[in-house]
Amino acid sequence: MHPPAFPLLSVQDLKAYFYMDEGVVKAVDGVSFDVYPGQVVGIVGESGCGKSVTMKAILQILEPGGKIVSGKVQLRVRRAGRPDLDTGGPNSAEELLDLTRLHPNSKLMRKIRGAEIALIPQEPMAAFSPVHTVGSQIMEAILLHNKVSKAEARQRAIDAFRAVGISMPEQRIDAYSWELSGGLRQRAIIAMALSCNPRLLIADEPTTAIDVTTQAQILRLLRDLQREKDTAIIFITHDLGVIAQMAHYVVVMYLGRVMEQGPVNEIFANPRHPYTQALLKSIPSVQSTPRVRLPTISGSIPHPFNRPKGCPFHPRCTQFIRGVCDSAAPELLAVGKDHLASCFLYQSQEVTA
Amino acid sequence: MLRYILQRLLLIPVLLFIFSILVFALVQAPPGDFLTSYIASLASSGSSLDQELIDMLKAQYGLDKPVHIQYLRWMGNLLSGNLGLSLEYQRPNAELIAERLGLTVLLALLSFVFTWVIAVPIGIYSATHRNSLLDYIVTVVNYIGVATPNFMLALVLMWWAFSYFGLSVTGLFSREFEQAPWSLAKVADLLKHIWLPMIIIGVAGTARLTRIMRANLLDELNKPYMVAGRARGLSEWQLVMKYPVRLAINPLASTIGWYLPELFSGSLIVATVMNLQNIGPLLLRALISQDMYLAGSILLIYCFLAILGTLISDILIAWLDPRIRMEKVGA
Ligand SMILES: Nc1ncnc2c1ncn2[C@@H]1O[C@H](COP(=O)(O)OP(=O)(O)OP(=O)(O)O)[C@@H](O)[C@H]1O
Ligand code: SF4
Ligand SMILES: [Mg+2]
Repeated sequence: MHPPAFPLLSVQDLKAYFYMDEGVVKAVDGVSFDVYPGQVVGIVGESGCGKSVTMKAILQILEPGGKIVSGKVQLRVRRAGRPDLDTGGPNSAEELLDLTRLHPNSKLMRKIRGAEIALIPQEPMAAFSPVHTVGSQIMEAILLHNKVSKAEARQRAIDAFRAVGISMPEQRIDAYSWELSGGLRQRAIIAMALSCNPRLLIADEPTTAIDVTTQAQILRLLRDLQREKDTAIIFITHDLGVIAQMAHYVVVMYLGRVMEQGPVNEIFANPRHPYTQALLKSIPSVQSTPRVRLPTISGSIPHPFNRPKGCPFHPRCTQFIRGVCDSAAPELLAVGKDHLASCFLYQSQEVTA
Repeated sequence: MLRYILQRLLLIPVLLFIFSILVFALVQAPPGDFLTSYIASLASSGSSLDQELIDMLKAQYGLDKPVHIQYLRWMGNLLSGNLGLSLEYQRPNAELIAERLGLTVLLALLSFVFTWVIAVPIGIYSATHRNSLLDYIVTVVNYIGVATPNFMLALVLMWWAFSYFGLSVTGLFSREFEQAPWSLAKVADLLKHIWLPMIIIGVAGTARLTRIMRANLLDELNKPYMVAGRARGLSEWQLVMKYPVRLAINPLASTIGWYLPELFSGSLIVATVMNLQNIGPLLLRALISQDMYLAGSILLIYCFLAILGTLISDILIAWLDPRIRMEKVGA
């Protein structure tokens, strides 16, 4: 895939911390990546590395105590009054908006959530209120972002159900979430996310906790929808097999930072960062063993209050350079075309300096 | 659902039968009966009844019969809608209860409304502003509120009002209105008096309800549907009021039925301490003087309302929560 010239979303050195009684959790500590229109960006990393918090920070829906400390989240938005024009680079119909400058509860920020960037949250099983019908919650999203009647919103919700392959959508729309099977619930939440035609969909581990067959169906559904509507997707998973299958571009995270990012083929064929290499080494071939869980690599993840100084990966790294890796954090620098790594092995000038 | 309600309704007579035996055993439990304690009180004041009169009264009230016959007589009367005659007041029990019912229900309803109107908003504020200064204050006040027996609160407030303002805040009416027929002035006088018992009776419940509301809501605020709601563009206020508050209130709202017996009982101790003319002191007096049919009637009505209240609560929770509704229809 050849990416268009200008990204749809550009995250630049984003930091989001949680301030708690026990101390500060630097959940996201300098994350940068771009998402181009129609591109699928896969984000991988062990549990707790800040994938979900990064997404919540982009949408400014961090839980109480969480704050964006610095960085930018630039989104291309349709300029008011000209919603019809949208492709190409920032032109007269579009502008760049730094979401971090908006108040989290502001009208504009709320308009972006759901309408421009939609989220499939990490725990889809509990993503609906159990005492409201699934349909009423999807209609709510439609009514929030479109000037339509209730009847029209209901029709759109039914259409969204049909689009994600739910049979008998007219009846299922009035069901409660707990009346639906895991697969149907997952489809319903995808229907909600897509109901307002967002340009960017964030799918936070959309296939965990469902069986393998349903998982494959959901992945196919997401890919088809993405191709059909040219929606950009940020796809979060622990599963390198899924990444290989779904993503155009891969971002590898560790302890709130990006370790490496690059086109999917580059990452799998030519991983540069020791962390990525360790991850990939534990699976013999991505093609032969699809959907393996993120392999465990030796050493344990440090406690969030106790981040290592320097390169966050240094206590577990086999290529650790004493006096360098534990003194300063490496920068994310180019190691190939569209391929970046954050490791002193590729920053020779700093090693000698 | 209908079948479920019907089943529960059919159960009521069975439960009432069991409760009636328990209630009767309870009012019979103290040694002696109304007459022996009446005679004793007469004797202590120097006068006495002659044996003939005693025997006649005994026969009239069936006190000379064995206990199970007394129970059957009582039940027979109850089933024909007759609550019997009060031994002490020599008036129909139904009349004595009816006389005080209005004020009892009014006071209980007011405390109930007071409790909810105060507790729910404060609970919501406390949970959504967790660990704020006001939340801490609310938490401390709640601890005190839950821990203070309300009769003690009544005594303290009465003493305080009397010693600093020279006000006597007992009773529900000023002296001049106590026996007066109903009039606008009497209603105004009632309103001037009723707020204090309303607060005193409501305080503990308010503190308890606030705490439960806060805890329930805190649980709900961490649920994944909150993330989903924010992500689809709801404002924080819309989101909190529509989903978590609803879910946090459901279990509370379903306890409303439990207040039904309380509407009738009239907070026995507070009412006695504050000299309120509701059913509470009437029951206490009847228990002490062994006016057993009056006490028995009040207690049995109380049981009936408790059973009915539980049923209402169960219906309410099924109505509010589709998951429970489904369970009961399915069963
Ligand atoms: N509400 C919160 N309050 C405090 N700390 C939090 C909160 N949410 C997340 N964190 C912390 O932030 C860090 C990153 O969490 P995050 O949920 O982003 O991980 P993740 O990469 O999504 O992991 P997983 O794969 O398990 O979903 C963790 O250390 C976590 O403990
Ligand atoms: S910077 Fe040093 S410790 Fe970190 S990954 Fe590279 S070699 Fe390993
Ligand atoms: Mg996560």
